[in-house]
Amino acid sequence: MSTQKQLQVSAIENGTVIDHIPAGSLFAVISILGLDKIPNQITFGANLESGKLGKKAIIKVADKFFENDEINKISLVAPHAKLNIIRNYEVAEKKDVEVPDEIIGIVKCFNPKCITNNETVVTRFRVEDKKNIALKCRYCEKITTRQEILMING
Amino acid sequence: MKNRSLVSINDYSKEEILRLLDVAAEFEENTVQPVLTDKVIASLFFEPSTRTRLSFETAINRLGARVIGFSDSSSSSTTKGETLKDTVIMVSNYADLIVMRHPLEGSARYASEQSSVPIVNAGDGANQHPTQTLLDLYSIKKTQGTLENLNIFMVGDLKYGRTVHSLLMAMTHFNPTFYFIAPDELRMPKEYRQLLEKMNIPYYEKTEMDNLNEADILYMTRVQKERFSDLMEYERVKNAYILQNSMLNNTRNNLRILHPLPRVNEIHTDVDANPKAYYFTQAENGVYVRMAIIAMILGIK
Ligand SMILES: [Zn+2]
Repeated sequence: MSTQKQLQVSAIENGTVIDHIPAGSLFAVISILGLDKIPNQITFGANLESGKLGKKAIIKVADKFFENDEINKISLVAPHAKLNIIRNYEVAEKKDVEVPDEIIGIVKCFNPKCITNNETVVTRFRVEDKKNIALKCRYCEKITTRQEILMING
Repeated sequence: MKNRSLVSINDYSKEEILRLLDVAAEFEENTVQPVLTDKVIASLFFEPSTRTRLSFETAINRLGARVIGFSDSSSSSTTKGETLKDTVIMVSNYADLIVMRHPLEGSARYASEQSSVPIVNAGDGANQHPTQTLLDLYSIKKTQGTLENLNIFMVGDLKYGRTVHSLLMAMTHFNPTFYFIAPDELRMPKEYRQLLEKMNIPYYEKTEMDNLNEADILYMTRVQKERFSDLMEYERVKNAYILQNSMLNNTRNNLRILHPLPRVNEIHTDVDANPKAYYFTQAENGVYVRMAIIAMILGIK
């Protein structure tokens, strides 16, 4: 019974495993991907030991396969995340996340005087620096850096 | 340019800038050209700016168009809580073009996405003020005969001054050499210096306004006390960026002094009578440039 239960938590038959999420970004990733709003079975582990990240988090989503556009949104908070696409309990494909050219929604502009922080406007940023993350606001034209990133509804 | 909003100076190519300056020169030569008598232009000033508003409304009147609008938001529906989006959609149903000034940064770009008619940005907070930049370019071209290969001296607050940043961006089309004269706390931001380096445009930085004899254009701005984190530093430097007539003795004959106005004390009044002082004519040029912008967007020129 207990081995059976263990299996249910740790393995999925079909779906996606998102690994190497920085521990502090777990809930941001859940929010960005809208995992709190879907009916799929989801398991996650937080504060797991990881050589590379110190503490990492992992999310497993049953019966869900993300489009690249969708999954790349998490690159802002989990740039080194690794995806394992699981089919029939086997890893069918591995993927890295990539920083997209444009970020729509998700992120707040850091500039309090920006129109997007004062009226209901969908934020849009062009990614000027993918490595260090520099997001140029389409509206106020100011740069939001990685340290200044705040998630909408995050 | 026809039917396109003007939000940022970067919305116009080099060729478009030059064509616009030619049309502005035509309007200066013949200011009576009522080519827009069938047009209604909205002038929406969500924050007061008498100088800019009068310049635009003079331009609109000289073109023969009618103006509707408001001169500050206390007399507009925004005080009743209407969103910018709703105001812009409503007004774009009445007018053929909207001139807009707003205290929030990015408001003009956002308005241009909501409006069914072109928007001309008359200043969106500390962000962009492209018609000021175009009148600066017009003034430079008119006084120097060209925009190419000039020595542009920029003095004062180079950190926060949006007019110097926009002018710098626009001048990069024309192979300039820049001289930045500013206190350390207000030096030209790194992003602009890096951009010039990437484009192989030479620039020199100084903290002293001593040797002006290489200058073709001297662009003055105000050093404001509230920009300093260290007030001792402000007291130490505040007089170093005030232009006196005696400092112009050995300067080039073609030198012209520009300032976006209003000035406080950064240009001594003894400079005003010097033929190299150009700031009042510069402001007047704004009317011709704004006539050209409006006429071209509405497809007349
Ligand atoms: Zn912004």
